[in-house]
Amino acid sequence: MTSVLYDVPGPKARRVSLIGSVIGVVAIAGLLWWAITILAQQGIFEPERWAVFQIPEVWVLIGNGIIATLTAAAVAAVIAFPLGLVLCLMRISDVAWIRIPTRIVLEFLRGMPVVLMMFFVLLVFATGSFTAVVAGLVLYNSAIFAEIIRAGIQSLPKGQREAGLAIGLTSFASRRSIELPQAIRRMLPSLVAQLVVLLKDTSLGYIVSYEELLRKVQIMADFLGPDYLFPVFFVAAAIYIAINFSVSRLAIWIEKRGSKKAAGGVVHVPVAGIPVK
Amino acid sequence: MDVIIDNLPAYVDGFLRTLFLSVVSGIFALIFGTLLAAARVSPIAALRGFSMTYVEIVRNTPLTIAFFFAAVVLPRLGVTFQQFEVAAIIALSAYTSAFIAEAVRSGVNSVPVGQAEAARSIGMKFSQVLTLIILPQALRTVIPPMINILIALVKNSSVAGAFYVLELFGYGRQLANANGDAVLWVLVGVAFFYLLITVPLGYLANLVERKVAIAR
Repeated sequence: MTSVLYDVPGPKARRVSLIGSVIGVVAIAGLLWWAITILAQQGIFEPERWAVFQIPEVWVLIGNGIIATLTAAAVAAVIAFPLGLVLCLMRISDVAWIRIPTRIVLEFLRGMPVVLMMFFVLLVFATGSFTAVVAGLVLYNSAIFAEIIRAGIQSLPKGQREAGLAIGLTSFASRRSIELPQAIRRMLPSLVAQLVVLLKDTSLGYIVSYEELLRKVQIMADFLGPDYLFPVFFVAAAIYIAINFSVSRLAIWIEKRGSKKAAGGVVHVPVAGIPVK
Repeated sequence: MDVIIDNLPAYVDGFLRTLFLSVVSGIFALIFGTLLAAARVSPIAALRGFSMTYVEIVRNTPLTIAFFFAAVVLPRLGVTFQQFEVAAIIALSAYTSAFIAEAVRSGVNSVPVGQAEAARSIGMKFSQVLTLIILPQALRTVIPPMINILIALVKNSSVAGAFYVLELFGYGRQLANANGDAVLWVLVGVAFFYLLITVPLGYLANLVERKVAIAR
């Protein structure tokens, strides 16, 4: 696509592009240099600031933070997926008094900030912060999973369900053994992309005082002194981004690989963080 | 229930502040995101690289980290904000613009190749192809996903409430602390005002999508 927008560059265009690139690189390098000088003025690069990482306890805390983050995400994902499946089946049920209330509930869950749900569970049910984080994530993500799977079922050719019903399967049996396996396979990239969103949202646990990675950073900064806030934050943010980045890559890999296996190919990954319609 | 009616002015104020945060950040994000998308398809390699790196990093960064950086880390480094709203708007628009850029880019990719070829063959320059042919069509197809991003933005603005900004969620926290016996209703009120923005926007997205689908 990109190549159609402009001609294959000739010598002149290549020169212009090269000059543009050089200017661009210089501008970006200048910005970075400016940021680094400001940081250096604050004494960020003095070795003793980074010496905190020689303290084993710092790594223990960071490790605990990562474990707490991943535990919350894993527990939430494991509960949210089956729940999403059930919600999806209810949402497309033939029975109106199941379908319509489910639709309202899903609409409600998708329209609310995740942090508000966590806060709600924390205060109203007076649970611990772990339960609040997991419950908030489960409520929101099961609604999103339900919508993703529904989109997958609706993207199947009509004949799949018609054929299932024609050979005498019940409506549920057709969903279970014909439509869902295909739909889930088609939507696998989107489902994995939603996992990235879920993982990112565990950081909201910071707000409800769940001791995940970011909260640990705050605790360490309070304990070690404000001078060490930046180094610790920097490392924690890098870890967060690295974890999310690997899961995003997984989604892209599944999308590329899956297009050979799934009937009709997989559906393109929507941008992470956008609720599917 | 009474607690909502008693504190209605606070709710309305919080609602307006949330709306303000979302609208301002949304406008900045739309502008910056479209520029990023244009950079992503431009012939200049450095711009492409910058846009790609930015989008990749921001998309994989939790919003809470962005807020923590703007509200807690930056002041330690000597960058202070007169009002935390400014930090919130910067964090929200920097975060959202990456998603806008991805949406616009996928829109650019959805325009049939023949459109660009035809424009090229009648002698249009790159800038003309992009602004007159590709972007008008691309923006049309990306309006529904764009609205969904803006819905996410409204919901994300609630994170600002945890970082010293007084908006709907921030008021909700205050009211919940002040009315320990009626927490349920306080938060139901907050939820209601969020749904007041997000549900109509969701319907708008569906409506526009159906319109565009017919036109194509």
